[in-house]
Amino acid sequence: MNSMIGATATGVPSWLRSHEDAQARLPGADRPWLCERRAEALAAFAASGLPTRRNEAWKYTDLKALGSVPLMPAVTMPEPATACPVPTVLADDDVAARLVFVDGRVRPDLSHSRDLPAGVVFADLTAGLSRHEALLEHCLGHRNGITGRSLLALNTAFMDGGFMLRVPRGVRIAKPIEIDRLSGQARGSDGAPLAHHPRIIVWIEDGAEATVLENWAGGGDAVYFNNAVADVWVGNAARLRHYRLQDEGAAAFHVTTLRAEVGRDGDYETFSFSTGARLSRLDADIGLAGTGAHVGFGGVFMMRGRQHCDTTSVIDHHVPHTACREVFKGVIDGNARGVFQGRLVVHPGADKTDGQQSCRTLLLSDGAEIDAKPELEIYADDVKCSHGATAGQLDDNALFFLRARGIDERTARRLLIEAFLADALDQISLPALRTRLTERVEEWMRDRREEHE
Amino acid sequence: MNTAIETVRSVTGTYKYGFVTDIESETAPKGLNEGTIRFISAKKNEPGWLLDWRLRAYRHWLSMPEPKWAKVSFPPIDYQDSYYYSAPKTKDGPKSLDEVDPELRRTYEKLGIPLHEQEKLSGVAVDAVFDSVSVATTFRKQLAEHGVVFCSISEAVETHPELVRKYMGSVVPYTDNKHATLNSAVFTDGTFVYIPPGVRCPMELSTYFRINAKNTGQFERTLIIADAGSYVSYLEGCTAPMRDENQLHAAVVELIALDEAEIKYSTVQNWYPGDAEGRGGIYNFVTKRGACRGHHSKISWTQVETGSAITWKYPSCILQGDYSVGEFFSIAITNNRQQADTGTKMIHLGRNTRSRIVSKGISAGHADQTYRGLVRMGPRAAGARNHTQCDSLLIGGTCGAHTVPYIESRNRTATVEHEATTSKISDDQLFYCRQRGIPEETAVALVVNGFCREVLQQLPMEFAVEAQKLVGISLEGSVG
Repeated sequence: MNSMIGATATGVPSWLRSHEDAQARLPGADRPWLCERRAEALAAFAASGLPTRRNEAWKYTDLKALGSVPLMPAVTMPEPATACPVPTVLADDDVAARLVFVDGRVRPDLSHSRDLPAGVVFADLTAGLSRHEALLEHCLGHRNGITGRSLLALNTAFMDGGFMLRVPRGVRIAKPIEIDRLSGQARGSDGAPLAHHPRIIVWIEDGAEATVLENWAGGGDAVYFNNAVADVWVGNAARLRHYRLQDEGAAAFHVTTLRAEVGRDGDYETFSFSTGARLSRLDADIGLAGTGAHVGFGGVFMMRGRQHCDTTSVIDHHVPHTACREVFKGVIDGNARGVFQGRLVVHPGADKTDGQQSCRTLLLSDGAEIDAKPELEIYADDVKCSHGATAGQLDDNALFFLRARGIDERTARRLLIEAFLADALDQISLPALRTRLTERVEEWMRDRREEHE
Repeated sequence: MNTAIETVRSVTGTYKYGFVTDIESETAPKGLNEGTIRFISAKKNEPGWLLDWRLRAYRHWLSMPEPKWAKVSFPPIDYQDSYYYSAPKTKDGPKSLDEVDPELRRTYEKLGIPLHEQEKLSGVAVDAVFDSVSVATTFRKQLAEHGVVFCSISEAVETHPELVRKYMGSVVPYTDNKHATLNSAVFTDGTFVYIPPGVRCPMELSTYFRINAKNTGQFERTLIIADAGSYVSYLEGCTAPMRDENQLHAAVVELIALDEAEIKYSTVQNWYPGDAEGRGGIYNFVTKRGACRGHHSKISWTQVETGSAITWKYPSCILQGDYSVGEFFSIAITNNRQQADTGTKMIHLGRNTRSRIVSKGISAGHADQTYRGLVRMGPRAAGARNHTQCDSLLIGGTCGAHTVPYIESRNRTATVEHEATTSKISDDQLFYCRQRGIPEETAVALVVNGFCREVLQQLPMEFAVEAQKLVGISLEGSVG
């Protein structure tokens, strides 16, 4: 009961106050249509407040800690961005374009778009607003859905950065586009932690092809909040590979609300690799709207200390002959906690749906916890759907097999954990990234070992 | 397999238990208030502590909101528009089986439940509950020789108050959930079983519940205690007349297994499901929970759910004792406009506890069915294991089948495995049968029986036959 009273109050007054402060500096403050949209979203947020555990979708993730942080909108910070080195994933020559943000500000010195074919729109939100306003208005208006989704509403109200990518019909971009976001370098006035609300818009038109790599990094122990929303459209026979690396700072909060729609014969492959943040959540809502659509939805999460990582998804099969493969693997150490909630919905008439979902977790320590809720919701009879979920520790027999061959226990454990994660990483069809992430797994294992010594 | 086809064939009509027994009955005034509860308590000559407990439950119930989380929809229940007590009129209550009202006896005969001990083929002792009261309990003398207590719960309150007081509400507290709390306030009768240490109950115990009166709710309460090293197998069956109204059935079942004891609880639930358009039928909102208190204890739930307009039921096990075992085998069949939200909870607290869940759901017509389960591995549940398998079979494109498992593990040495599949009866299977001259409906029953076999095998023989028949009947009219 108490939490309910707390819920309606959680953060709302302070968010309203900070919106007043930030209003004039938010991108598009002089555009009436955008101001209207923001006001509407702010009212929706004020009505519901931050989600609480009484909300079934937030049963296992508590945002109370976030509600108690006195956050300050990042736009109120003075320009320009801090000049500091930014960790990237792929080399400059291997990407078609790169957009770098530090604390939500674009770093033009590190960004480029040298290999983008003509006609492709790729810009950060502020630049996009001045050059492609009609496109932005169309995309934001096309999908509203703020009712009942307070973090999405909050993002719309404060939307302060992010980027838009539109690949025109039939255009294929061979190399990936990388977006690096480094946060936690600066603090607001009075040392208040910053809140960022980036909006990501990706629109791959019919027959087009692109690869997007989001790299969320955070240095140090600064507290900050990244509340991102990604809106993705994959057109008919289009293809998008969408990778997300979440390696936020140790005290950071990260939430991404991902909404995607895949057209006829479209192919959307998304993979999330999460190792960072004190509390992170991916809230994905993916619709297969055209026959022959295919979605690959996967990820790896590696958590330790007191980290909390939540992956929540709803995959909607609206029409016949669509397929979805969902594979998640998690490794949880220390007192960390993993949450996996996946719902697969087959709507009436969506016959011949092929939906598969699996979530496997390794618990490495006594304090580790996993909460999984793989759901199937099916309203058509001619379907093939399955899900599987497991939780446990390393197989003693496998360990013994390796030990019997003279491999010491530590190495044997490392090998087994790496092998466990390998088949999730195999879903990534970008070799350079796969290699990079395999290294990242090894690095994580090394850090863990040092921690234990 | 042949027998399955035979039995399906031999049964005609849809719901054959839909008749009404014309018997004079005594009811409490319509509606629910403290007066109703005092009336029930006074009718049963209950001690003061029990009345207090009922009233505490009632007051708590008033403060509780209706549970909304289940995937079922129905108009709000008007709790004042129902009778909470209805009993066939008798002078003093029957002293022996021969004194049972012949009309009642005929009712149970029609249902195929013999109340004549001499006519029983095999040893099954029956407690027959008619509306709010237990009308007969058979084989009591034989059971008493082994020290087994098998009687109605009202009787147990008088004869074994210490056991009832100690255990009632210890597994399902009166604050548990809206329906269980209502039951705690107004429960009328039910069965009480106590198996003394080291005793293997010599026969199957069975209760047969029958709702007869109009506008009444049935609220029975069952309490089974298996003392150290004992074993009991208990069967439960239920039917109701066909009526256009919805009747509420909110039961509570509590099982307690002490050290090395085993309880096997089987249910064939065949309350009236309503007609093809979804008119009438029973709202079956039941709280069933067992506590494996002792080490190496075991509780096994087997259920065949074919009836009721709405089923809301989660037979659960709390595995407290080290090395204790919980099992849940379920077949749920929904047809026409039936809705079922059912599953189990396995709460692993003790070390090396094990649980197994096998759930088979079949949905046809416009029915909607949900498996909702929880497997929780507590921080002290070292070496615990769970395996869950949930399969759904859809017949026709207008029904729904859903799976909502919750898995929570807080112990790294615990292993949890969950698998779920959804499919339809394959055209190949049907073609194979049709080609061999088997009519389509029979072929479907055949395939469905095969799909359910794993669970049907868990049922005691008497029930297995009935259950197989039911599988066939429930699906009648779902193909073609």
